[in-house]
Amino acid sequence: MQNSKSILLVEDDNIDAMTVKRALTDLGSKETLKRSTNGEEALDYLKNDTNEKPRLIILDLNMPRMSGIEFLETIKANDKLKTIPVIVLTTSREDRDIIESFKLGAAGYMVKPVDYDRFVETVKTTSLYWTLCKVPAKE
Amino acid sequence: MRNFKPILLVEDDSVDAMTVKRAFKDLRVTNDLVHSTNGEEALEYLREQSNESPCVILLDLNMPKMNGTEFLKIAKSDDILKKIPVVVLTTSSEERDIMGTFDLSVAGYIVKPVDYKKFVEAIKTIDLYWTLSELPEQKTGAQDAKLEVNTARRG
Repeated sequence: MQNSKSILLVEDDNIDAMTVKRALTDLGSKETLKRSTNGEEALDYLKNDTNEKPRLIILDLNMPRMSGIEFLETIKANDKLKTIPVIVLTTSREDRDIIESFKLGAAGYMVKPVDYDRFVETVKTTSLYWTLCKVPAKE
Repeated sequence: MRNFKPILLVEDDSVDAMTVKRAFKDLRVTNDLVHSTNGEEALEYLREQSNESPCVILLDLNMPKMNGTEFLKIAKSDDILKKIPVVVLTTSSEERDIMGTFDLSVAGYIVKPVDYKKFVEAIKTIDLYWTLSELPEQKTGAQDAKLEVNTARRG
């Protein structure tokens, strides 16, 4: 995944997804943004070997069919997928969501700013940090 | 960081530890830096009830007595300690170390830059990210109070 150029965004809300995409484009990010609209779809994408494994997963929590927490639990129990860093990006400030996410091994928890410029800053800081970090290479 | 909880640095090399301290000072990071020189010492610190739980752990890998990966394994199987984010800060860019630590749910892996300016940049980025991120148990005071109340009721 070190060599991977893609980020997987798991987000059901189209507007939020567009905002992330726009923020990354504004930053001149060279990464491809792949998007799934819920946890199940994301799992299907990740389990398909013909798809490039993303170097990062950005994960919303409140989604239909399979919540972010359920998704997190599932991929952390999967030997091949557990090493992909997952950053939560959500509207929820609930302590229980924060604690549960970190217990399950999330590598960051960002609350979505309402203000667009702050949203971009959040994406920028996240991108900066994860560009600095090494991540596991492609298997 | 946004809170006043300490940052735990687990690092055996005293020069590297000083460099982190210096970078913190230059960046005006206000959190206390607690320094353990190996994994065992770090666990002792973390398990001591009277010590304040750190908001983030910066973890070297190559240490005597108990190395970073061993420490990580133990911390991540402890129900209370597992939720503290751990960021590896090491000289190793070995794939097996990267893979091994992400396998144990580290929340970052940074290879220590040799150049001091770049080192400070790296610490700055770590500080920015973890200030932005929510952290578990931010309201420690409230939680401790709850704990006391429950104990009193049982007594």
